[in-house]
Amino acid sequence: MTVVATTPRFKGNVHDALTDARLQGALVHASNFAGRRALAAARLPEFEALRDSARAIKDHTLAHLDLYLEAYERKVVETGGHVHWAEDAEAARRIIVDLCKRRGAKTVTKGKSMISEEIGLNAALEAAGMAAVETDLGEYIIQLRGETPSHIIAPAIHVTKEDVEREFRKAHLDRPADRDLSQPEQLLAEARAELRAKFMAADVGVTGANFLVAETGTSIIVTNEGNGDLTQILPRVHIVIASIEKIVPTLEDAAQLLRVLARSATGQDASVYTTLSTGPRREGDKDGPSEYHVVILDNGRSAMLGGEFEDMLRCIRCGACMNHCPVYQAVGGHAYGWVYPGPMGAVLTPSLIGVAEGGQLPNASTFCGRCEAVCPVRIPLPKMMRHWREREFERALSPAAQRYGLRFWAFFAKRPTLYRFATGLFTRALHWAGRKKGRFASLPLAGGWTDYRDLAAPERATFQSQWRAKSGAVN
Amino acid sequence: MSNEQGAGRPVKPRVGLFVTCLVDLMRPTVGFAAVKLLEDAGCKVVVPAQTCCGQPAYNSGDRTTAADIARQTIAAFEGCDYVVAPSGSCGGMLIRHYPELFAGEPDMAIRAERFAAKTHELVSFLTDVLGVTRVAARFEGTVAYHDSCSGLRELEVKAQPRRLLKSVEGLTLVELDEAETCCGFGGMFAAKYGELSNAIVARKADDVRKSAAGTLIAGDLGCLLNMAGKLQREGSPVRVRHVAEVLAGMADGPAIGEPEIKP
Repeated sequence: MTVVATTPRFKGNVHDALTDARLQGALVHASNFAGRRALAAARLPEFEALRDSARAIKDHTLAHLDLYLEAYERKVVETGGHVHWAEDAEAARRIIVDLCKRRGAKTVTKGKSMISEEIGLNAALEAAGMAAVETDLGEYIIQLRGETPSHIIAPAIHVTKEDVEREFRKAHLDRPADRDLSQPEQLLAEARAELRAKFMAADVGVTGANFLVAETGTSIIVTNEGNGDLTQILPRVHIVIASIEKIVPTLEDAAQLLRVLARSATGQDASVYTTLSTGPRREGDKDGPSEYHVVILDNGRSAMLGGEFEDMLRCIRCGACMNHCPVYQAVGGHAYGWVYPGPMGAVLTPSLIGVAEGGQLPNASTFCGRCEAVCPVRIPLPKMMRHWREREFERALSPAAQRYGLRFWAFFAKRPTLYRFATGLFTRALHWAGRKKGRFASLPLAGGWTDYRDLAAPERATFQSQWRAKSGAVN
Repeated sequence: MSNEQGAGRPVKPRVGLFVTCLVDLMRPTVGFAAVKLLEDAGCKVVVPAQTCCGQPAYNSGDRTTAADIARQTIAAFEGCDYVVAPSGSCGGMLIRHYPELFAGEPDMAIRAERFAAKTHELVSFLTDVLGVTRVAARFEGTVAYHDSCSGLRELEVKAQPRRLLKSVEGLTLVELDEAETCCGFGGMFAAKYGELSNAIVARKADDVRKSAAGTLIAGDLGCLLNMAGKLQREGSPVRVRHVAEVLAGMADGPAIGEPEIKP
């Protein structure tokens, strides 16, 4: 029931994405997150220093994760809430479905949560006879379309306004067929009206968490629509689903991280709503759920602690890496084939579903390094993608042609004299073959290149042979 | 052979040219342009026998082969005051990644650190180490400079080439909208993920077309071969050259992918 990964057929996904004119149009017109981030960073003189302190907070927390998780649990219990530990996706689904079932829930509203996507929660709730309703506008749209998010903070970034209109006309059948839905405001108003009824009908509200605060037992979410507030305040039961690395020691720490989160994500100084929840409704509270549960998911993350992928657990899910990634920008998020796209997905996916399944992703990078340059917690993403390639190489998982080609090349590259001789012959032959046009439109064994671009012919003899001839081979 | 070690920089530093495998095989002109720029700036240039920096192995997960090649390169340039490469990508490998290859070998790690400390990308070496502020070259035309990723992000090469290009007589420098966005080369990536690489370089070609540039230049031959190949496949008249050719006044021959000029 967990999301099935299509990551092993990444190249096919890429081809589909690149030949999908509608998707390509949507990607070109997607919000200019990168430009807005640059402006936000420039406006705040201490932005770079804040990135350092954000990294330090996360590193400190990861070094003492057990301690802070236990402290957090004690605080949640003290404030009248419940903590459930889920080792894997299956356990998390079971816990949440049981909680909902035992309370006779019919409708479950949901705030945006990537962990919920990771564990395939909606399908599990539906299979148990409950209606799961996404309340984030983007999530609501893709739920109608039967899709998964294509971006971790802008789940429907691959969808156009016209697509949304079509989906709404299909789904909201009790509304006049001749209504005008040509403007974004009209779509928004209709979604708001539809969702309002769901909020009121919901028995259980499920949200994710951007941070879990050990000091106070508080969970924090940020949204721009306020849907998270209505999801967690109106139903009788509020369930938070979050993974172990969402913990931070103090509210002060969370405040520091919030300062880099929105700026890195959308270029906002702060998200429109930052909502803190601590325990269920107390005596005298005007609103709030009567039950407060937190499901804390591991799902392979504790195995990353202390290893070469630990830095990945600093990630605060801002999406800056994908907003700046040439690969993501070309194909969008669905091509990555599992829950997390972009550079952070390229590192995290093999950790969570295995390198045999997810190995394509860390290979499909130019190592341009822009992701690391903008990461608010300075995760060395290219370095970790290279580590995955090393794990693949050790286990001989990389394609055989690539391994043999590399071995052939290495044989020469490790023998300078032989190399000079061989490349001298090769270069001369290629120069001669390409001398008329100066380039090749196709070349045997170079189809990966020449199918798409011309290949320049070598100018003449190699530099080293010319240099030796000129200088009488003294060095 | 001059190897005079003064208190600071040697008077006539002995510079080992790490020519890079792509320049060696595909475009020796860039190597000779680098030699000219270095000699004009007062260096003694030597070219020790060399192959490749090892990136194809390193980026394919084969650390052992990458370390073997690194050992060989470090030894080859032992007698040089400086090592200079006309590439930010190979320069980044030599400077940032060689030291990472020898985590478990303290002796080699120290040698790799020393090697990294004396190694530079060509243009930033001219400006930041030798203090070159202008070059004596002419180039008639409008030029856009693409920031190759490794040079930009690993070695902070950004202002240096622009500063020197502005000193070239007759040259007008324009900026691409997305000068800092990857061209989609990525070494083996370009062939392994050809279709994806093509989509990325197609955007770069669009960006070049939108600019007024008649010539596109950059500091890395890999990126240049990729961008030239795409522009030529699309029938663009934009010519593509390495920054060293322009700075050395050696940009009168055929541009990348153009046939030899018949006498």
